[in-house]
Amino acid sequence: MKALMFGWEFPPHILGGLGTASYGLTRGMWQCGDMDITFVIPKPFGDEEKHFANIIGASQVPIAWRDVSRDYVEQRIGRVMSPDLYFRLRDHIYADFNYMRTNDLGCIEFSGRYPDNLIDEINNYSITAGVIARTLDFDIIHSHDWLTYPAGIHAKQVTGKPLVIHVHATDFDRSRGNVNPTVFNIERDGMLNADHIITVSNLTRDTVINKYGIDPAKVTTVHNAVTPLDSDILDIKASKPKEKVVTFLGRITMQKGPEYFVEAAAKVLKNNHNVRFVMAGSGDKMDEMIALAAKRGIADRFHFPGFQKGRQVYEMLSASDVYVMPSVSEPFGISPLEAMQMGVPSIISKQSGCAEILTNVIKTDYWDIDAMADAINAIVAYPSLHKQLKDDGLAEVNTITWDKAGQKVIDIYHKVLGH
Amino acid sequence: MKSICFYFQIHQPMRLKRYRFFDIGNDHYYYDNFANEDILTRIAHRSYIPAADTLLRMIKDSGGAFKCAISVTGIALEQLEQYVPEFIDRMQALVATGCVEILGETYSHSLASLADPEEFALQCKEHDDKILQLFGTTPRVLRNTELIYCDEIAPQILAMGYKGVITEGAKHILGWKSPDYIYSAADAPDLKLLLKNDALTDRINYHFSSDPITADQYIAQIADTPAEEQIFNIFMNMETLGETQPAESGIFQFMEALPRFAAERGIGFITPSEAVDTIPAVASLEILHPISWADEARDTSAWLGNDLQREAFRKLYSVAERVRLCDDRRLKQDWMYLQASDHLFYMSTKHRADGSIHSLFSPYESPFQAFTNYMNVLADFIVRVEEQYPLSIENEELNALLTTIRNQSREIETLNKELASARKDIDHYNEERKARATKA
Repeated sequence: MKALMFGWEFPPHILGGLGTASYGLTRGMWQCGDMDITFVIPKPFGDEEKHFANIIGASQVPIAWRDVSRDYVEQRIGRVMSPDLYFRLRDHIYADFNYMRTNDLGCIEFSGRYPDNLIDEINNYSITAGVIARTLDFDIIHSHDWLTYPAGIHAKQVTGKPLVIHVHATDFDRSRGNVNPTVFNIERDGMLNADHIITVSNLTRDTVINKYGIDPAKVTTVHNAVTPLDSDILDIKASKPKEKVVTFLGRITMQKGPEYFVEAAAKVLKNNHNVRFVMAGSGDKMDEMIALAAKRGIADRFHFPGFQKGRQVYEMLSASDVYVMPSVSEPFGISPLEAMQMGVPSIISKQSGCAEILTNVIKTDYWDIDAMADAINAIVAYPSLHKQLKDDGLAEVNTITWDKAGQKVIDIYHKVLGH
Repeated sequence: MKSICFYFQIHQPMRLKRYRFFDIGNDHYYYDNFANEDILTRIAHRSYIPAADTLLRMIKDSGGAFKCAISVTGIALEQLEQYVPEFIDRMQALVATGCVEILGETYSHSLASLADPEEFALQCKEHDDKILQLFGTTPRVLRNTELIYCDEIAPQILAMGYKGVITEGAKHILGWKSPDYIYSAADAPDLKLLLKNDALTDRINYHFSSDPITADQYIAQIADTPAEEQIFNIFMNMETLGETQPAESGIFQFMEALPRFAAERGIGFITPSEAVDTIPAVASLEILHPISWADEARDTSAWLGNDLQREAFRKLYSVAERVRLCDDRRLKQDWMYLQASDHLFYMSTKHRADGSIHSLFSPYESPFQAFTNYMNVLADFIVRVEEQYPLSIENEELNALLTTIRNQSREIETLNKELASARKDIDHYNEERKARATKA
């Protein structure tokens, strides 16, 4: 089966969980066999893994005709796209887009990030999707997250092929209820036009059904999974202080509930002095959190090391004794699974999607700082609890693999295609 | 003659309230009174009371042919006395018929037999006393917590004065043997073993609603066994009648019909004591590792299967000797309540069928929460034990000091007595002298 996927991020150049999940799922589907996947992203860097999917960069798709030689194309973009494909795409330009800002190859430049003119990038991405859809042969269209819904809809209108959209998050999660109307409309439009909707948790499924008014029959949950870690990451032995380390790792934003972590820390530190707290990450709530920690008088034991990336994340985890994710609303939340892979016991909020599939973690309500403090203290104070959560957590997370999620998505494809 | 030996168990733990680590050292009350009363009252009205009424009717209607055994843990008795005293009256009525035998067990439904022989003996004694006080009888057959039994504890049980023990007819112990005979303990030949018949028990306990059976068919199953098989031990929780198998399933009517069909097929009923007294043992049974009636494995893994459970268990019994030395009543009471095996049962991390039974009974959302809560309570309890006697003093030294203190107080008492009698003599002498002086 041939699938045309639209995404926004792809490892190694990722900005959030979306890239990791898109990558894992695509790879998992490829492992199931008999899948030919084309994955479109705004801007490839050339170092993406390509053996399980054909990666097409929207910034290499011509939308205006330029008379260029094969050698010139090879020299300009050969690293990320074959000249053959470029010329095939050029043959399918469907309208005169010369009024738009294009480069010497007739392509639009994308930042591939989340710039201020994000809505423009989304539209431009959808224009290139029209060219791609006319050029390639495929059975089904699959759009990852709201940024790519317009592209998916466009491809569906051009080809009449069924559209599956994958809801990794909704604006209700990001904004704690104060949705941006533009984003909401793009999301709802995608959901209404989709032939089937995949959500990453039942929590998100409920949001899609209740907040966007979608027919439950066409919404299916496929929980995310994790990619096994390489041994060089598992072997990381970071130096750590003599006290126990409790870690929060993620964007310091309203959605992630950082203030509950600070409050729980204050409760723990009142009775237990053998602990240090770390809030790693950055975000618009960071200054507020620094002030809150100072106000509670725990600044000497509460640390803000800033944004961590790549290997640093795993070094941070390997130095941790407890991982806490107090998210107020988390569609899935892959980070506790990564902590478990590193052998770190996790405490997660019941309002996170991954709570639906994890057993060997401690679950509390995000607002219940008493319970959170109690759980942190218990893991730190009772070695057997730490060991049990670590050992069983590791065994559990190793069974949550992408090929199982991939198979579920393939089954949904078959259903949509009426096989 | 073939005989059926029914045994019903009643136990409800003192469930703990949500106890946070910042309560340690500040709050010394650990129990969730509301939940305990609520659960006990509900189960008593759905099961215990109608079951007792049914048993009473069965005894009367059969003219005393129906017999059975019941055991109630001390902790359950305390709660029943407080919340459902009408059930105690019914129990007394049942015992008064002479057809119901009360079995011995540990007062707190504890695993003391696996950790601390002294504590085990004390608890059985305490439970026997409680039974004597409430029902005027002394148990002769022991039912250790959850039918836990192994060779190692057999001599102790015999030494405590019990004639028999009831335990599980575990498949891995019996092999080709049948549970429908009386066996004797390998290490204590005078102690007789009654083994639970799994198939007959589960037929009622688990499958009665899903796959109904009539009393007629059930008795026929027993009647059709080989003639040599004499005793059919059907051991279950009292909650089976009315709670696990709800009244709507017809369980009470099924029970009531049993004596009549049994009589038709020439099958009688027997109590464990009668069985121990009248039926000779066919062979001795070697049981090296502890067995129980819990979980698929029928061993002690339901309570001591993972690291969490083992740590909690170790921590708890690490202070056993200390608690026995002291005489603070509240401390001793908490010691009893905290030993209940249920607290460990809730910490099980088993999955599938076993796991669903554990979580069905657990008041906690997860085994981790159960562990955290219990350990917090235990931490506070240990702080209180330490306040009585600092841990820096060795047990033996402490024992010696306590003996000295006790001896001294005894000596003071004797001296006081002597002093008092000497005073009396002097007074007496003075009075006599006065009397003589006036005469003179």
